[in-house]
Amino acid sequence: MALELHVNGDAYELELPVGRTLAETLRDDIGLTGTKIACAEGHCGACTVLLDGAPVYSCITLVHTVGDRAVTTIEGLRDHPLVDAFVRTDALQCGFCTPGQIVAASALVEANPHPTSDEIRHGMAGNLCRCGTYPKIEEAISTWQG
Amino acid sequence: MARLIRTEKEVEGRYEEVWLVVEEDALEQWPAGPREVVGRPATRVTGHLRARGEARYTADLKLPGMLHAAVLRSPHAHARVKSISFETALAAPGVRAAIGPGEAHMLTDEPGYQGQAVAAIAAESYGQARAALELVEVDWEIREPLTDPDEAVRRGQFVSEPSRHERGDVDKAIAEADVVVEAEFRTQTVLHSSFETHQSICEWRGDRLDIYISTQFIWGVRDEVASKLGLPPDKVRVVCEFMGGGFGSKNGANDHTFVAAELARRTGRPVRCALTRREENLASGNRNSTIQRLTAAARSDGTLVALAGEYVNATGWDGWAAPTDGPMRMLYDCENVRTVLSPVKINTPPMKAFRAPGFVEGTFGLECILDELAAKLKMDPLELRKLNYAHSDGDKPYSSKNLMECYKRAEPHWQRRDEVRARSTGPWKHGVGLASQIWYGGGGPPSYAWVRLGSDGRATVVTAMQDIGTGTATTMTQIAAEELGLELDRVDVVLGDSARGPYASLSAGSSTTPSMGPAVRSAAADAARQIIEIAAQRYDKEERILSLKGGNVVSSDGSSWPIEEVVGLLEDAQILGKGARGPNPTGMQVLTFGVQVAEVAVDVETGEIRVERVAAIHDVGRVVNPLGASSQVEGGIIQGIGHTLSEDRLLDPATGITLNQTLDAYKLPTIADVPEIVTELLDIPDEHLTNLGSKGLGEPPIVPVAAAIANAIRDATGADVRSLPISREEMLRALREAETKKKAERGAPAAV
Repeated sequence: MALELHVNGDAYELELPVGRTLAETLRDDIGLTGTKIACAEGHCGACTVLLDGAPVYSCITLVHTVGDRAVTTIEGLRDHPLVDAFVRTDALQCGFCTPGQIVAASALVEANPHPTSDEIRHGMAGNLCRCGTYPKIEEAISTWQG
Repeated sequence: MARLIRTEKEVEGRYEEVWLVVEEDALEQWPAGPREVVGRPATRVTGHLRARGEARYTADLKLPGMLHAAVLRSPHAHARVKSISFETALAAPGVRAAIGPGEAHMLTDEPGYQGQAVAAIAAESYGQARAALELVEVDWEIREPLTDPDEAVRRGQFVSEPSRHERGDVDKAIAEADVVVEAEFRTQTVLHSSFETHQSICEWRGDRLDIYISTQFIWGVRDEVASKLGLPPDKVRVVCEFMGGGFGSKNGANDHTFVAAELARRTGRPVRCALTRREENLASGNRNSTIQRLTAAARSDGTLVALAGEYVNATGWDGWAAPTDGPMRMLYDCENVRTVLSPVKINTPPMKAFRAPGFVEGTFGLECILDELAAKLKMDPLELRKLNYAHSDGDKPYSSKNLMECYKRAEPHWQRRDEVRARSTGPWKHGVGLASQIWYGGGGPPSYAWVRLGSDGRATVVTAMQDIGTGTATTMTQIAAEELGLELDRVDVVLGDSARGPYASLSAGSSTTPSMGPAVRSAAADAARQIIEIAAQRYDKEERILSLKGGNVVSSDGSSWPIEEVVGLLEDAQILGKGARGPNPTGMQVLTFGVQVAEVAVDVETGEIRVERVAAIHDVGRVVNPLGASSQVEGGIIQGIGHTLSEDRLLDPATGITLNQTLDAYKLPTIADVPEIVTELLDIPDEHLTNLGSKGLGEPPIVPVAAAIANAIRDATGADVRSLPISREEMLRALREAETKKKAERGAPAAV
């Protein structure tokens, strides 16, 4: 089934079977592998992308339901100050959950540029990190503007 | 000079006697304390690649013509395949090949646990392979599963013979002791939950096999696959540039690699075999559950006179005996110790090493019973530990041990007790607990590195090691930069490919930094020597007055030249430095130590537990990167909190079926569960260990977490929790037991 997908400002004409997820489309059909899949069933947040600025789990978002909403992936946020903040504070270890963390954090600071510790913990609780970088993720987000 | 030695090699507490060719380590250690680069915080050299989503993990690779494999895993915990037919499956859309029991290493017709690999299908897409699995016709003979560890002990069903260690006369010492405590502790099965699931892509090129794999041990995979497939090892190339977590579960090739290799051979195309999350929760390994029946006995002055432990490791259908008895044998000075460790073979998924395997579980039991003993002795738990401090490991001296200094540094955290307890209001009770840490982490030979320097004055460290997310690439960059007198950004590291560098250590057992660091330093020193030789000839100076510093060749007579000016003479020639890891100190025990102090709050009405603060003080020798080191400590503690409070692989005992195969049902800690964490590393180089004096840090921080939290709970509530995870049920059970005990002591009728 044909669709047009808008990702990071670019339009893609795609012919995809119904049932294909946004995460699969981004990674396998468009080649944007910055979005990671760790559980593939909406439990961990590694695949987080933005739809019109709102964070969603792309692994449980069917691509045909996206419509004309703008998709933003980590590739569209590579120059976001959060990237430097995550590196500066060492808020990543293996890095597999990190793109999803940064995408989720970008939505958080967009809505609330100076989040408190509780607001960060609430806003980021949907993004798991098995390496345990959480204290530094909190530091990165609370100091994201440098 | 290379030397052949007979030595003991240690990995995760397992020793074997081996012949090793080692090269002498001629370099003096740097003085203690921060240097120009080493000992100072450095951000990750791969940080931006990972954060920007540019790092290419095995999961991101796509080879031209690549097929996808799906594995048929046993739905039964114990069964036999009476017959299997691929006829319908092979006719399904996109299917290119199918293999069954006996057709690839690790495919079996007699599965002993739910999730054991039986057959596999390769298709054009993963969806097609998965769909075709449903069409494989299997006639199962379902067998009775054995899942009860104690019953396995009774039946004598073990993965290896029970091991027994005894020193002194334990029974006599217990009989003569003033105070004796006996208790049974239990720890649960915990899943590694690496975010990148286990996976490989295999591609044959003629008689050579390329394996792209998410692994902690490039060379181990090479050797294991070569041996099973009957290939010369160098015909197997193993690549892992970025990997998404392993925690001990990715030390081997595993079923997915053998499946991908065989399907690739049959189809002549590259094949990816990646586990789904549900497969990962079943078949990628676990920290096995344990039962620990312990006795501790002391004189009234607190001197430990006997320790005894009967340990049952629920190892699973396969695996090895993780040293749950290790802490009891090693942590304290006690003349009479007896341990029996029984690793039982049952119909559950096999264990794999998981961040300090055995010692995490054993430290929970030992450090909890020590606090129960302290309570009975009416002694301060920290004083009890100091009183029974071990000054040697049997006959063996420690290469270094600064645990007493750790205890001293713990004092200010320990002295917060009154203040913390005073916070108790209503049902919320607050308390403080501590636990000690002992573990290996010395690394060892062999490990090699090369350092390449061209006319642009930049250095590249080349070694076929892996960075599993711990930051070891950054550590190696720092070490080479320090030795070469270069800024950090003038040094690169090339790693992750067995075809592009020499043999390197596995990244497990806290061994990457202590094994690889000295090799990298010695390679950099070899390159530095050559730069100095060239400069001496060019500027007509004696070599002995030249050194490398701040990007310059510096002469003690006051002159200096930028390194790029010296190496600029090379044009296309290159300086190649070569380095090897020297031997560990002979006759010495190389170990890591530490202590953690935890503060908790417990709601005695609901059993809810909150960890509010953990102070971690560890002795791991020289710290190369304090920033990365603090991240390792925090990560270990957070995994430890999951282990203590929420994580539990649930198994139906009647069928052996895993009940929580997904990350919503298996409870990992979230950012909201994290306490304040205070990290203090002593940063005292081990003067006997290598040219670096560094030990490993990956594992030590997780070791004492559960016991420190459980002891804090006792301090807060008076209840003895003895089972992990400390769920609300376990907390309420312990509170009821404490209440009953208190009433009995007061002479009141016990509550029913």
